[in-house]
Amino acid sequence: MSTTVLTGPAPASLRFHPLRDSATMLRRNLKRMLRYPSMTLMLVGMPVVFLLLFVYVLGGTLGAGLGGAVPGGAAGGRAAYANYVAPAIILMTVAATVQGTAISIAMDMTEGIITRFRTMHIARVSVLTGHVLGSMIQTVISLAIVIGVALLVGFRPTAGPGAWLATAGFLVAVTFALVWLSVALGQVSKSVETASNLPAPLLLLPFLGSGFVPTDSMPAGLRWFAEYQPFTPIIETLRGLLMDDPIGNNAWIALTWCAVIALAGYLWSKRLFNRES
Amino acid sequence: MTTTQPRSAIAVAGLRKSFGDHVVLDGLDLDVPRGTVFSLLGANGAGKTTTVKILSTLLRADAGDARVAGYDLARDPDAVRAAIGVTGQFSAVDKLLTGEENLRLMADLHHLARSEGRRRVARLLDQFGLTEAARKPASAYSGGMLRRLDLAMTLVGNPQVIFLDEPTTGLDPRSRRDMWQIVRDLVAGGVTIFLTTQYLDEADELADRIAVLDRGRVVAEGTAEELKRRIPGGHVRLRFADPQGLDAAMGVLGEVARDNDALALRVPSDGSLRSLKTLIDRLDDRAIEVDELSVHTPDLDDVFLALTGDSANEKVTTR
Repeated sequence: MSTTVLTGPAPASLRFHPLRDSATMLRRNLKRMLRYPSMTLMLVGMPVVFLLLFVYVLGGTLGAGLGGAVPGGAAGGRAAYANYVAPAIILMTVAATVQGTAISIAMDMTEGIITRFRTMHIARVSVLTGHVLGSMIQTVISLAIVIGVALLVGFRPTAGPGAWLATAGFLVAVTFALVWLSVALGQVSKSVETASNLPAPLLLLPFLGSGFVPTDSMPAGLRWFAEYQPFTPIIETLRGLLMDDPIGNNAWIALTWCAVIALAGYLWSKRLFNRES
Repeated sequence: MTTTQPRSAIAVAGLRKSFGDHVVLDGLDLDVPRGTVFSLLGANGAGKTTTVKILSTLLRADAGDARVAGYDLARDPDAVRAAIGVTGQFSAVDKLLTGEENLRLMADLHHLARSEGRRRVARLLDQFGLTEAARKPASAYSGGMLRRLDLAMTLVGNPQVIFLDEPTTGLDPRSRRDMWQIVRDLVAGGVTIFLTTQYLDEADELADRIAVLDRGRVVAEGTAEELKRRIPGGHVRLRFADPQGLDAAMGVLGEVARDNDALALRVPSDGSLRSLKTLIDRLDDRAIEVDELSVHTPDLDDVFLALTGDSANEKVTTR
């Protein structure tokens, strides 16, 4: 009788291999990125353009306006502003790249291959973790390019090797959180167009925080929002690590936000993926 | 215990599914013996795709029992997934990857050893005539090639039960015949095939058993021969040399099906000599010239129309 199969331990062929399946899905996503390089270029191009705009077009004036509001800002000018704005542009790079995650998830969901994966005996979450890992690799590459350009246009971080390492680890945590959020946003979108719009607020948030100007120059209501939204402690932590400024509680607040966003994004994504098609 | 015999690849009893107020499956019963081709035949919207989605674990049924490859669908969906392969109406391939990469992806997801995976992929590419296009992205494939790649991907895992949801819809006649041959070869290899189609000739050509689905219920089931025997769909076809002959014969015979393009009439008949003689005498009396007369036993078209009523069948095609 086949009842032994039903009640006994699962036979070897029925065990799940989430790590192996995730690696397979990661390979698939990396291949897709290579086949469709215009997307990667577009995603890294936007923060670079913003960086150039803010340093060369607006930097002179905004830098003068920084005054003594930030350490090192007293000297004013373009050079000071390049240092001030670089962390915001770095965060914007992460936000732009995860927008790509939402788009590629939504593209995937409209194609039959995902339906095929659902009818296969694979670790289901690997479909999503493959995207997450792929996006994280893509973000690391984008970050390297953007930080490289920032250094070329006058960004002069004072961080030592330890602080750089901490910065890298911190950026990975931020990326991980935002990627999981956009995996959910990509799934909840009914179309690829929606998927490219839904994460757009992530690109706006650095502006409504301490990313481009100090929050104490803002009107009261906006200032309140700017000080309590998650991107401000993230930017302040980056700034602190890179420019050797005091960080205070910002690092813990930022990491807590990351943990909350990552967990919520993961649970939401999983729920969305397991709903019936 | 269910009534499943161990020899059934698919056993379904009282399957129900509604979307809101819309009842799609209204107590479906099916039994598919192992190693056979079973065809679910129905018009668009009859519930074919919903049935496949439920049996392939994509949708949960509202009620009813179903076992696929011996495993209970509700309790053991993982075991069912390990035993089945699905090729739907819409190509389930990654269009950015090449044909070979798509197949390798499947080999990796089935955890085949590298050499075994390579071998199986090469064999499938060859078997499905895709070796030449193996390194081209799937986005450059024709409809027939995509469908072949799709089915090849389904076969990488050696499934015991294969669901083919309208596998030839939208294919040109040549690709369609290729697909039929592939299905025949698969069955010769011992797998069970659950095929849905809206094409009667496809069911007639491939299926060991056919179930006619109408408004979420099986209205008839049996071999093609059994189904044809069940209903009196025989007729005599009369072809005329000119439209005048056609009109004159219409006048004599009254309400019969008329095909203006072929200059032909389709007259219901049981095919007996007496009824034929009567028919010929009536035409002879009026001196109507008949170019050609042929006697037809009922085909699946007749069965389908008789079983499901006319209105719902506008979309059934009989290419």
